[in-house]
Amino acid sequence: MERIAAFEVLEPGILATIQDSGRFAFSQFGVPPSGASDTFSLRVGNLLVGNREEGAGLEITVMRFKIKALREVVIAITGGDLSPVLNEEPLEMWRTHLLVEGDVIHFKKVRTGCRAYLTVGGEFAVPKIMGSSSTYLSGKFGGFEGRALRRRDVLYAFDIPSPLNKLGLRFPSDWLPLWEKEEVLLKVIPGPQDHHFTEKGFQTFCSSSYRVTPQCDRMGVRLEGPKIERRSDVEESIISEGLVSGAIQVPGDGKPIIILTELVTGGYTKIATVISTDLQKAAQLKPGNHVRFKPVSIEEAHLLLREQEERLREFKENFQKR
Amino acid sequence: MGDRGLLLEFGDEISREINEKVRRMALAIQAEILEGIVETVPTYRSLLIIYNPTVLPIEGLKKRLELIEEGLRQTPLPQPNLIHIPVVYGGIYGPDLEGVAKYHRISQEEVIRLHCSKPYLIYMIGFMPGFPYMGELPQALVTPRLKTPRLIVPKGSVAIAQRQTGIYSMESPGGWQLLGRTPVELFYPDKDPPSILQMGDFVQFSPMTEKEFENWSV
Repeated sequence: MERIAAFEVLEPGILATIQDSGRFAFSQFGVPPSGASDTFSLRVGNLLVGNREEGAGLEITVMRFKIKALREVVIAITGGDLSPVLNEEPLEMWRTHLLVEGDVIHFKKVRTGCRAYLTVGGEFAVPKIMGSSSTYLSGKFGGFEGRALRRRDVLYAFDIPSPLNKLGLRFPSDWLPLWEKEEVLLKVIPGPQDHHFTEKGFQTFCSSSYRVTPQCDRMGVRLEGPKIERRSDVEESIISEGLVSGAIQVPGDGKPIIILTELVTGGYTKIATVISTDLQKAAQLKPGNHVRFKPVSIEEAHLLLREQEERLREFKENFQKR
Repeated sequence: MGDRGLLLEFGDEISREINEKVRRMALAIQAEILEGIVETVPTYRSLLIIYNPTVLPIEGLKKRLELIEEGLRQTPLPQPNLIHIPVVYGGIYGPDLEGVAKYHRISQEEVIRLHCSKPYLIYMIGFMPGFPYMGELPQALVTPRLKTPRLIVPKGSVAIAQRQTGIYSMESPGGWQLLGRTPVELFYPDKDPPSILQMGDFVQFSPMTEKEFENWSV
């Protein structure tokens, strides 16, 4: 398919990368999934502009990212609210918009969350590495030349007729993930090494409020708070094993770390894992936020996931009729 | 592990027998191409299966895995490859060679001789793209990790920690003791498979001179 120049980066902001839903089946070679930290928001963003839901979008972190349209494009902005404006006018999130050549979108400051997603009709066009368009920052490959976007980068999209029939469509606001203002609640499934901690330690984990530290990136979110007590008869580290995003590691200092998308294996004990439908909240944590963990059963987690997928399917089907 | 990960554990130690079971199971699952299996992560002693529970419910996945496990003995293992990796030892390339020699009260030459004395099994690739976890080191080379990890370990660094040896396929922070460096490129994102080393293969190290290192071309 033809590629056309769609945007020019005016200000790169804190961090902006091209991400799709992730790079899979290469863990056995040490390659982490990468991809959007908040895949739910990316998927909705893609559906809004008529793309396949796994398609490549822009992940924009925190603020100061500014981009100029080089032609007519249909876009949507989802994820964390970073106060996006179009030519200095507030831009409604979770709906489609038409941009014309010269329009400027600017993410001014954080209101809620940490990461916004900008999707474009036709999808961002970058070479696929191992089947994925995602940027793997520490591996320096994938996405846009394996790196974060810089000023004057020109982003290409596949040249498709603008999905004008999608304009003005919204994702139902009551289907959006609920974001607690004071303290984010993350549902978790205990294990696989929850038995490495004392009963008291596990209680500490479930009953305490943890604060997000500045050590917070696409690899993981390091938390500060009450120390989780370990059993004295087990070692601090385990023999390295695979990781899934949402896994909560507790290293020797007893402070939890929530793993996101750029790690593949690890040798720290994992007390629990954030359930799939709460991953979008974990990915939107930023320094200073408070979180609390609540253990649930795997059956409940699967039920919530099925409900979410059902809603997305319904949205997609109604949408495609347009 | 959560609602999308199933962790199969085959033992609780680093052993060739356990690791071979992990590898056999991973290969058998990969050969099946089950819809709903997103990823298999084989490591020293466990196999993490990442699945999509809306496509493949966990009960169904467990049943399929039981069937695969029953037929496991028939799963042939591919012949292991032996890969030769030349290393320039010591100096700026291996800043911990001297310390390791002192720790064991042997000469630096003896450390090099011991490190090159046998082929090492690749137990797993992990930590970063193409990084091989290999073992076991001769007893006389078993050395703890650095007390304070380095913020930057150069790409190609050949290192040891406890009974293991490995190669930093990319620049990264790291706490292993650096013995030397290899000019061999271990990971090519554009190739399939992208890693020249794979779980189950063997690596034989051999010393090279600084001049050979500098003149190395692919």
